[in-house]
Amino acid sequence: MAQVSDVADNQYSRTKTLRIARYNPEKDSEKQFMEFSVPVEKWTTVLETILNVKQHQDHSVGVRYSCRQATCGSCGMIINGKPRLACFTKVSELDSDVVTVEPMNNFPIIRDLAVKFERLFDTHHKIKPYLDRDDTELESDAKEFLQSPEELEQYIQFANCIKCGLCNSACPTMATDSSFVGPQALAQAYRYVADSRDKGKDSRLKIIDESHGIWRCHFAGSCSQVCPKGVDPAMGIQLLRGYMLGFKS
Amino acid sequence: MTQDEHKEGFKGMANPSRYGIERVAYWLMRLSGLGLLAYFIGHIYETSNILRGRVGWNEFLELTQTTEGHIVLAIVIAMCVFHTVNGIRVMLGHGGVGVGKPARPDYPYDPASQNYRHKIGIYSAIILAAIAMMYGLAVMFGE
Repeated sequence: MAQVSDVADNQYSRTKTLRIARYNPEKDSEKQFMEFSVPVEKWTTVLETILNVKQHQDHSVGVRYSCRQATCGSCGMIINGKPRLACFTKVSELDSDVVTVEPMNNFPIIRDLAVKFERLFDTHHKIKPYLDRDDTELESDAKEFLQSPEELEQYIQFANCIKCGLCNSACPTMATDSSFVGPQALAQAYRYVADSRDKGKDSRLKIIDESHGIWRCHFAGSCSQVCPKGVDPAMGIQLLRGYMLGFKS
Repeated sequence: MTQDEHKEGFKGMANPSRYGIERVAYWLMRLSGLGLLAYFIGHIYETSNILRGRVGWNEFLELTQTTEGHIVLAIVIAMCVFHTVNGIRVMLGHGGVGVGKPARPDYPYDPASQNYRHKIGIYSAIILAAIAMMYGLAVMFGE
């Protein structure tokens, strides 16, 4: 049986074309694509093909990565037109002989496939991503803040966010509005608003209740479709808006 | 918006092809909204012709009695129906209605907010718009 599997695996082995967007904002006026032939197996990820190019063909390709297991959120990029994690996308699932990789949209480019995350981290920080209350569990005579499993279910999905930025890259509002808070930060605002231990709901809602805040989301849902961790930012944003419109208490 | 920000821009915002029917609905909503706004402005201009008296009013009204005028009106009917039905869906969604409940996600992480209720709402809006447009065409060209 193992032999049959090996034969099937070997039958998949082939060479594909990897098109990498090259751009150095300090030197280049526009993005250009370079093509490389890369060997792939059915389990080969897009990140592995990029690293193959760096190792054997062109070591100057700029790419950011770390964990290789969809945990660190570093290797987000546009793969065949859609924002995806390179380490979480197998070449075989793309069903194409040409794999095109570009830097994520709506993020300033550092070089080639690496983009700046300052604005994402700024907006994330802006919504106060921590439990906002006067007391703390860390004091010697304090008890831990208890929470029922049902209360945990209200926000745990949104705590899976790895801040990879794919949602901000797919968002149609982010595509044109430089000041929009973005789906990542708004989903995290919901994560803390829905946390029964948090007492900062009113101040947090005030932060996002502005012209470039939550009201600029038009529920296109693209953020949720590209999220590699099942966070579903669109759901969080609509539930958050439900709080603000008085549908939920 | 500058090149430094690497924004996808209007071209990316208006591209309905990559993210499923929800993004198509988003695109149609914007398109029909702008179309209805243009019609509204044209309608105000058209009705202002009443100030030119009965002859002037009738002269302008004849523009809508042509083949092109009928097609434009049929498109307006379709835009109006789609914008209304999809608008109700979006308004309910904005209030957190029908977007699912938070739960621990399981691979392959199908987003609960893009559930069948919303898909039915989108397809209903498109089908109702098409039916209304065809009815309008039948009435206008069936005279």
